[in-house]
Amino acid sequence: MGHAKWIGIDAGSTTCKAVAVGEDGALAAWRIEPAHPVIEDQAARLVEELRSEAGAGAELPVVATGYGRKLVRCASRNITEITCHARGVFRALGQPGMLVDIGGQDTKVIVIGAGGRALDFMMNDKCAAGTGRFLEHSAARLSVAIEDLGPRALASTGEESISSTCTVFAESEIISLVAHGAKVDAILLGLHRSLISRVVAMVHSVGLRTPLMLSGGVAKNPAARAMLEQATGQTVHLPEYPQLMGAYGAALVGLESGAGAADKQA
Amino acid sequence: MNPKDYLAYTLGYQLLGKSYLSWQRHSDERAIKALRPAADDPLNPPLVGTARMKELMSRHYLEGRYANGVRKVAWVTSGAPIEVLRALDFFLIYPENHAALCGARRHAEGLCVEAENAGYSRDICSYARTDIGSALSGRTPMGKLPRPDLLLCCTNICQTVLYWYRVLAAHFNVPLYVVDAPFLYDKASDHQLDYVLEQIEGLIPVAEKVAGKRVSRERLQEIMEQGKSCAELWLTIMDRAQHRPSPITAFDGFINMGPIVDLRGEPETFAFYTELLGEIDRRIDNGVGAIRNERKRVLWDNLPVWYKIGKLSRHLGAKGVNVVVSTYTYAWGELAPMMDAADPMRSSARVYLHPILNRSTGDKLRSMREMVAKFQLDGAILHSDRSCKPYSLGQIDQRDNLANDLEVPAVLLEADHSDPRVYSDEQADARLDAFIETMEAA
Repeated sequence: MGHAKWIGIDAGSTTCKAVAVGEDGALAAWRIEPAHPVIEDQAARLVEELRSEAGAGAELPVVATGYGRKLVRCASRNITEITCHARGVFRALGQPGMLVDIGGQDTKVIVIGAGGRALDFMMNDKCAAGTGRFLEHSAARLSVAIEDLGPRALASTGEESISSTCTVFAESEIISLVAHGAKVDAILLGLHRSLISRVVAMVHSVGLRTPLMLSGGVAKNPAARAMLEQATGQTVHLPEYPQLMGAYGAALVGLESGAGAADKQA
Repeated sequence: MNPKDYLAYTLGYQLLGKSYLSWQRHSDERAIKALRPAADDPLNPPLVGTARMKELMSRHYLEGRYANGVRKVAWVTSGAPIEVLRALDFFLIYPENHAALCGARRHAEGLCVEAENAGYSRDICSYARTDIGSALSGRTPMGKLPRPDLLLCCTNICQTVLYWYRVLAAHFNVPLYVVDAPFLYDKASDHQLDYVLEQIEGLIPVAEKVAGKRVSRERLQEIMEQGKSCAELWLTIMDRAQHRPSPITAFDGFINMGPIVDLRGEPETFAFYTELLGEIDRRIDNGVGAIRNERKRVLWDNLPVWYKIGKLSRHLGAKGVNVVVSTYTYAWGELAPMMDAADPMRSSARVYLHPILNRSTGDKLRSMREMVAKFQLDGAILHSDRSCKPYSLGQIDQRDNLANDLEVPAVLLEADHSDPRVYSDEQADARLDAFIETMEAA
């Protein structure tokens, strides 16, 4: 990796992402790891790895985002995920519109305006239903690998209704369905439906705008995308690296600030 | 009157207590005046008048400790028609205000747990749980609350109060008078006014029986006039936030609203707010804002998060955001024009039909839109208060309307006015910071 100018780090609740961007804003290098409880150390190590890969030493400045953003000591600025996701996706897809970001514990709906500015947003609160954690929990309960969740749900011919949107109560429902002989794939389809219905309610609450875009770890799940399209009647656009958009946006915000390594503390 | 109680009242409250609190106020005033905030402090020093507020409220609760046996005591809801009671010299306790003080002093959680252990659901308003927990355990940071001789509940703020006061009536075994205020979807009709008027008139014989004396029309008129003067003064203070930079924040309003709620119409309340207005006007004359670098001006909707007032004002102030006005504090002044001493009973009926919580969600939206223009606001924080369902109902649409139609960035902040177990610093900060970033991008 050469010519890296800024690093963005997204210390999320489930995964920690770090990216480096070049002068032209192109993605130069990245890392994704499961979030470590000691965010500070993990962030410092990831940043160090990217810096040494770029041969930039401590001179490559950092912008942090995500829940652990204030713990990233090496960052010169910290900015919320809302602004960073908007900026990252805008750059990746080149269009304003509405972004749905489904992360580990947060689902965000962001209205992106000209230049990638976040104009309005809504986040889930007090409840992790409708987030990646909901699927993760359920997958574990059904002994299905995360990457198989979407394809198996889409391949299902039947669908079991999951009425609980609560992650914990849904687990009891799953146990009951399995005990009654329901097919795992049909349960998976029902779980996705439950998650997407929560997300779509947020989309309509903010007011659907097009084009509709999807990012976050759950964007890698094909059923989530397909069902979001089905529920909204809109084509859903995905960036190439949906999980990196927060970190990418953070690096872009740094790059756009114009501050270089020398004045990063300013 | 019980002579022993009277002696304790005179010694403990009139002579020693008042003198001590007066000395304490002078000491607090000196301390505030001597404050030299650090260079990086986002807030200017607090209003010196806050010391007087503390004195008034402490004095009120101190009198409460000695009130039984000396004055008749009524516990009343915040929107109750208290003019009749004041005219009969009742000592008034506002359990909502007591619960708010418990919240601000971080005693609410323990009292809520007392109520929950007695079987009251955690979904019930935290004010109700705090006060029920306090009544059951006898604990309060105010030392002691006087036992009520009468309970007065008006349903113009929520329906919870109806059940809450029934619990209190059963617990204390005292009479409960309920004033039912029909919800206003539109303008109040004559028959709605008549309905409330009849109930307020019906309160007179009940209160007279408990008080053991008769109410005079002249005294009622005087009380209404005093109440109106205080409410007008409070409204004038709130309106001073139109200045740039604003000399006050909504947090100043929350902190200093105790007297307009608990001691509305008292001469000391009028004197306190007159003094406070003078201090605010001096700030305006000197171009001093409540926060040092006012870059964005926003609205607060709903009750405050009592246990986070300091933290929120600093967090927002550090980013140049001044919460200049709130629908909640405004509610204690906006009905002043309806008060008419010439017709105290009918104007009472009109006033107590019209609190913000008894008007439609569309009406609240109209008020918020007017505030956006009047106070030149850049954004709005809508506290979605888990405890106050009537206030929070409609906020999603209100938020969307502000954001989409007026293009005023607006955020929903999920919290609770008194129960800290519902609040998460990290989640709240993330939402507020993102909101500020959207305001800056707008």
